[in-house]
Amino acid sequence: MDKRLERILPQVQKPARYVGGEYNEVHKDPKNVEVRFAFCFPDTYEIGMSNLGYRILYGVLNEMPGVWCQRAFAPWPDMEAEMRSAQIPLCALESGEPIGDFDIVGFSIGYEMAYTAVLNMLDLGGIPLRAEKRPSLTPLVIAGGTAMYNAEPIADFIDLALIGEGEELLPELVNLLRRAKKENWSKPQFLRSAAQTEGVYVPSLYDVAYKEDGTIQSITPQDGAPSKVYKRVVHDMDKSYFPAKTIVPSTEIVHDRVTLELFRGCIRGCRFCQAGYVYRPVRCRSKEQLVQQGEEALRDSGYQEVTLSSLSTSDYPELTALCDGLEKYCSQNHVNLSLPSLRADNFSMELMQRLQKGRKAGLTFAPEAGTQRLRDAINKNVTEEDLTNSLRTAFSGGWSAVKLYFMLGLPTETDEDVLGIAEIANHAVHTWREYASNKNRGLRLTVSTSWFVPKPFTAFQWEAQIPLEEYERRVKLLREAMTAKAVTYNWHDGDTSFIEAVLARGDRRIGKVLEAVSRKGSCLDAWSDYFDLNRWLEAFSECGLDPAFYASRQREKDEILPWSVISCFVSDEYLWRQRELAYQSKATPDCRTACSGCGANVVEGGECYHG
Amino acid sequence: MGKLRLRFAKEGRAVYISHLDLLRTFQRVFLREGLVVRHSQGFHPHPILSFALPLSVGQSSICELLDFEVEEALDGQGMAEALNRYMPEGIRALECYVPVRPVRELAKLSCEVDFLYDAGVPDNAGEQIAELLARESVMIQKRTKRKTLADIDIRPLLHSLKVTEEPGFLRLNAVVSAQNPGMNPALLAAAVERHAPTLKADFVRVRRLETLDESGGIFR
Ligand code: SF4
Repeated sequence: MDKRLERILPQVQKPARYVGGEYNEVHKDPKNVEVRFAFCFPDTYEIGMSNLGYRILYGVLNEMPGVWCQRAFAPWPDMEAEMRSAQIPLCALESGEPIGDFDIVGFSIGYEMAYTAVLNMLDLGGIPLRAEKRPSLTPLVIAGGTAMYNAEPIADFIDLALIGEGEELLPELVNLLRRAKKENWSKPQFLRSAAQTEGVYVPSLYDVAYKEDGTIQSITPQDGAPSKVYKRVVHDMDKSYFPAKTIVPSTEIVHDRVTLELFRGCIRGCRFCQAGYVYRPVRCRSKEQLVQQGEEALRDSGYQEVTLSSLSTSDYPELTALCDGLEKYCSQNHVNLSLPSLRADNFSMELMQRLQKGRKAGLTFAPEAGTQRLRDAINKNVTEEDLTNSLRTAFSGGWSAVKLYFMLGLPTETDEDVLGIAEIANHAVHTWREYASNKNRGLRLTVSTSWFVPKPFTAFQWEAQIPLEEYERRVKLLREAMTAKAVTYNWHDGDTSFIEAVLARGDRRIGKVLEAVSRKGSCLDAWSDYFDLNRWLEAFSECGLDPAFYASRQREKDEILPWSVISCFVSDEYLWRQRELAYQSKATPDCRTACSGCGANVVEGGECYHG
Repeated sequence: MGKLRLRFAKEGRAVYISHLDLLRTFQRVFLREGLVVRHSQGFHPHPILSFALPLSVGQSSICELLDFEVEEALDGQGMAEALNRYMPEGIRALECYVPVRPVRELAKLSCEVDFLYDAGVPDNAGEQIAELLARESVMIQKRTKRKTLADIDIRPLLHSLKVTEEPGFLRLNAVVSAQNPGMNPALLAAAVERHAPTLKADFVRVRRLETLDESGGIFR
């Protein structure tokens, strides 16, 4: 191990996360490695190692002969300070080599608030931030993940973005780089060629012109770059890679368990949900394969918990049969089977009851809005009756800790909708009084609200975020209406959601703000302890940009949106239609009930659901 | 049902695995091997694993002992090799056997404490340190459980000491008390820092070498 690292590790919290060496870490003989890939996660080790997508791609890349994918994470600020004062660059865990020495530095970015961590990690790696300051072919800085559906805020820093699912695309890109290295291509030559690969977006090949009012005049592709970059998808989930043999961290991480991915996509179409649109259409893994993968992964890892993960797990067509299949192995081996992200319906609750023997962990439901009208407007097809039934089952089954999630500031929201949240909470308390099987334990009901952030590729991509003062007024209104003693009300800090709203729909001019805020010390803005709104506001004013232009402005239908080169196959017309239906509080049926014609069916060659 | 004792090394990158994480790691290693370890009774059953002497984060060892019980009657033959297929880097099972002696007979530890000096070992540092630690009493300050500082004498817990000078560092080979009370070998550095501050090392590495009984024989 690096001697300098050994010196600083005793000074920092949780040093195990900075050294690697875990079970199943991949090592390769450097002599046989042609492409070295530093796979960077712009958050802590505990968060990054909990991410299934990250684990999948680590496995996919390391299955490639001649390619060695290694990991790097954002250091916690105590570690960062030690690294900077000892002048130790950010290194990959596997080999301990600085990430700047790698051929590809690839970031997995799920969330806009991670952008400052991306910049900070580049800086810690000794890599020039701006792509134009990196004239040589390597290190090539790339990024993928859900946030890259609008890569514009970091367009100046990355060489290219990968749009959509990476299992096939990433190996293609790595092979292209392998060839480019062998044939001594220049960087522009490589980028031009990469841009011809479906799913690759090379921001420097697009010229953006602005109007006087600050909106976009035109986006012009250069050097033969495509005018639309379509996302990549995995067609057959049963043939796609699953990391049955995966790294088991030696220190505790956030999701310390086996995660099975039942399906990608979501049939529901909640109008605020970016994942619900960009991962269309739904593609399932077969239950036979899931059972097999689950057993394999449990046996190999020694984990004692397995969770069934997907955007809306209870929509898996054969969920009961799948659970039956897994249960046999689980009960024989003391393995806990858990279901996250519950829908408040009877079916899910019955299943929950069956699975949760002994300890009753807390339950979480997300009705999102306080009245049926608003739930229809956002297409969250959960009725109050569904919720009440589920709560009844939960309370009579012995659960006593329930969390309810809502959003404030959704389009068309009125005070009545806000107060509806308090009514639901009061109702839940009544239900508990009437049905709780064990009242001695008392009820712990937590109501949490977040401030709605409009995201690209949703029906609300044109909407203004409500102003901060209005958000705070609604929080206060709700707080005062929340009278029941058993209810704890938590609300999200508005500052973060405001900046998130700016970054989510930002254009490339935001790049200089990111650079400025990073210089001022932003490094882990996803962590509220390290987020500072004033730092951001200062950076905006230094750069002469108004954050409200991005967060709080209503866009016109014909405005050229910064991410308009990218397509997830769902058409803008469809999203606009969904927006209009929202304003009429009209729901859209889910994809299994009826196709509403979003456009994603071209992925499956015509029809999303056969038979 | 049988008791087993596993002797293992914890070195390299594994030295940063904390006590609690090590417990979890072994639980998983046993499951990977398909070894059924006896669980505690009650609402949240957990495997009963017991480390003889917890090791501080950052210190390495080639003589750790872990006791556990298995459902089958096993003698531990071949177990070390089998478990080594499932270990994180730096943890290595050395042998596994049915324990004969109770852990309370583990009285002393032989260990190696390296004092690293970036600018070279100061003149006569070895002799001075040996002399200092040979005094009748060697007081140091130690944080108690209540977070206050207390003066304690480590001299009665130090049973032998040999100092050798190597290029760039001093190696202290010491035998210290293992338990009731035990002494963390890192306290040797604390003693030097307190009584001979000019000889304070730039970095100190601690390594456990062997478990001993009261009379100094090897404890297994
Ligand atoms: S094409 Fe139809 S069924 Fe397919 S994802 Fe879109 S709305 Fe759903």
